[in-house]
Amino acid sequence: MANKTIQLEIKRQANPDAPAVWERFELEWRPGMNVTSAMMDIAANPVTADGKPTTPITYDSSCLEEICGSCAMRINGKARMACSALIDNLEQPIKLEPLSKFPLVRDLQVDRSVLFENLKVVKAWVPIDGTYDLGSGPRQYPQEQEIRYPLSNCISCTCCMEVCPQFNEGTGFVGAATIAQVKLFNMHPTGKVLMEERLRALAGDGGIQECGYAQNCVEACPKSIPLTDAISDVGRDVMMQQVKDLLRS
Amino acid sequence: MAASPRIIVVGGGLAGLSAVIKIAEAGGTTDLFSIVPVKRSHSVCAQGGINAAKNLKGEGDTTWQHFDDSIYGGDFLANQTPVKAMCEAAPGIIDLLDRMGVPFNRTPEGLLDFRRFGGTLYNRTAFAGATTGQQLLYALDEQVRRSEAEGKVKKYEGWEFLSAIIDGKGVCRGIVAMDLRTMEVRAFAADAVILATGGIGAIFGKSTNSVVCTGSAQSAVFQQGAYYANGEFIQVHPTCIPGEDKLRLMSESARGEGGRVWVPKKAGDKRPGREIPEGERWYFLEEWYPKYGNLVPRDVATRAIYKVIYELGLGIDGQPMVYLDLTHIDRATLDRKLGGILEIYEKFVGVDPHVEPMKIFPGMHYTMGGLWVDNDQMTNVPGLLASGECEYQYHGANRLGANSLVSCIHGGFVSGIVAMKYAGSAGAQEGDGGAAQEVARQVELNKKLINNQGGENPFKLWRELGEVMTQHASVIRYNKGLKLADEKVVELLERYKKVNLSDKSQWANTSFAFARQLYNMMELSRTITLGAILRDESRGAHYKPDFPERNDEKFLKTTKASFTGAPDGPKFEYEVVDTQYIKPRPRKY
Repeated sequence: MANKTIQLEIKRQANPDAPAVWERFELEWRPGMNVTSAMMDIAANPVTADGKPTTPITYDSSCLEEICGSCAMRINGKARMACSALIDNLEQPIKLEPLSKFPLVRDLQVDRSVLFENLKVVKAWVPIDGTYDLGSGPRQYPQEQEIRYPLSNCISCTCCMEVCPQFNEGTGFVGAATIAQVKLFNMHPTGKVLMEERLRALAGDGGIQECGYAQNCVEACPKSIPLTDAISDVGRDVMMQQVKDLLRS
Repeated sequence: MAASPRIIVVGGGLAGLSAVIKIAEAGGTTDLFSIVPVKRSHSVCAQGGINAAKNLKGEGDTTWQHFDDSIYGGDFLANQTPVKAMCEAAPGIIDLLDRMGVPFNRTPEGLLDFRRFGGTLYNRTAFAGATTGQQLLYALDEQVRRSEAEGKVKKYEGWEFLSAIIDGKGVCRGIVAMDLRTMEVRAFAADAVILATGGIGAIFGKSTNSVVCTGSAQSAVFQQGAYYANGEFIQVHPTCIPGEDKLRLMSESARGEGGRVWVPKKAGDKRPGREIPEGERWYFLEEWYPKYGNLVPRDVATRAIYKVIYELGLGIDGQPMVYLDLTHIDRATLDRKLGGILEIYEKFVGVDPHVEPMKIFPGMHYTMGGLWVDNDQMTNVPGLLASGECEYQYHGANRLGANSLVSCIHGGFVSGIVAMKYAGSAGAQEGDGGAAQEVARQVELNKKLINNQGGENPFKLWRELGEVMTQHASVIRYNKGLKLADEKVVELLERYKKVNLSDKSQWANTSFAFARQLYNMMELSRTITLGAILRDESRGAHYKPDFPERNDEKFLKTTKASFTGAPDGPKFEYEVVDTQYIKPRPRKY
């Protein structure tokens, strides 16, 4: 009997200007396979199911344990991490496509630097005085840590942005990941000194008002971050800030 | 006024980002190079915590005790002066990270919580759930983003380091790097260069490391004349989840929080772990090491697991696996302190570790060896510094758990400060400092690779490299096997000449970049195999059954390898170890 095999269909595009083509692959099945190991197999033997020589797939990956945030792609139409997508749990043929909301680089690789730019805009950091020894940090209770820690688990995979109907060129919406980081830093005893600046950055076009509460983000998040809670909390703070600014002007 | 120093940092993990922060604070400008966006660097994978003798548990812990544990844990191979400095700096580093906003776990009173790790009897490890590396990396990444917004840092993410630019006097003047999208090769000048390029896991094929941890950068400068020290010391972590694409780490913190390692007493017992009664389980670490129990250092735990599986034939159901059991700990505690890693196990194995004991096996995890540096993190090439896992300084023959994060940050800080002081001291360079020549050399290498003809696939060669290194150069070593491994590497280097890339394009060509890394992996692997052959003793992670004892008379020495280009491999010499504070004593846990 022939060995058990798996089928993949991968959307390929040699560069941003090249036409997209689908390639079909048939690989030997092994227990515990995931999408990244399948792509490693293709790299070691780059031949399509029709026996046509091709090239290894270009895709981002690094840690392979769903913590670096690199390997987000669309797998059977769903935005998720390739490393934690186990082959045995997927319907075949497994369809792999790049994320659709970001500039394509090649094959399954896209440019997600917009998220890192957004984090600059909202000043997602604690403005410390310096790195010299200034003694211990502010006291924080476990109850606060237990709210901050999940928000700080965001791996910048951008799945929440990919699935958001409002995240597009038309709105310029920053997306859920950035809003959750605003909550994280506004909660920190030192980080909150920049709270007003962060809230103002989220007011107006492309800001938090663009959110349509579709709630796709929280479902897609591989780290189960309470994104919709963060959006409502920050949304309220942004509104309060706008009122304050209005009264002050 | 002279322009502010311009420093290049290669690598955006904890060590690299720490260096950048110190450079920015001292008024310098940094060009930061990284293969991946820095927030995705491998430091993100560190789980259990970071050591510092803060003594917040009333145990009388001291930085001296941390120093002693680290030196003893490293089997006295580490130079003591830098390790002492690191342990003394550690409490201040924790405070700084806390001020940066790292969501460390807290005590009810709002203070930092600490847990126990391997190789110590003290609760010395600060932690943020079981994703401490991620949280630390993000905190530093945020500070660097702040500096970037202020114009003090320019990031080159998606660029790969190819080589150092070294002038006629042997001084490092910059780097040559390649844009991984356009494949453009360019020279970048700098007043000093800091390599912080991490580990070398890919040399062993499957490891706990990220796929970007190839050691390619350190190998490149090794081939340009930098010494590589203690290459033969490779840490195999006792508890990993074996996988198709990698070995996923199951943090030592699982044992720090009370996890117990056991096997069924009866060989080939078919019952699921949770159905095996207490009396029929053998907690071999607790029995063999009553003082440290499950928290013996990693090399000791790994060898014990090997013995149970391969010598006593007691692996679970005859398989190369043992149980790591957390099921006796309540769910809420597990979720609060170990959530991240239990989620990894559940996602990748499909079994809930709250109710089923985990099945684990040792896996290649860390290199204690690395670029040789002096106490100021400077390599033997003036102007070229190294910090983090890519250098050899802090861990001797075996690293203690939760010491890597502190060594990365401390070493990174030192390198940033030293680079700023060094800047300008080498005097003005002549002409372009050798930049054009080095670019030409790299472009030539690229041209040759892309036009190469033959029948070899680089990914297949890599698999063969990983298999032979794992078989002969990891936990248990015999000179015969090491020799076989080295011969295999020589064969692979020969076959590499026939590498034929299926992708010859010049846009985001990942197999092309990989093939370049592969060559460097192979050259570097010889420091491991040949260094191990020469060291006829057992010390820390380096274990030879034919030479089971530590031999201080002959081998209390740092191995220094230098590249020769000759077929018989690097040249080896030995350097005296600084043992001025703690006299070497037998290591018995």
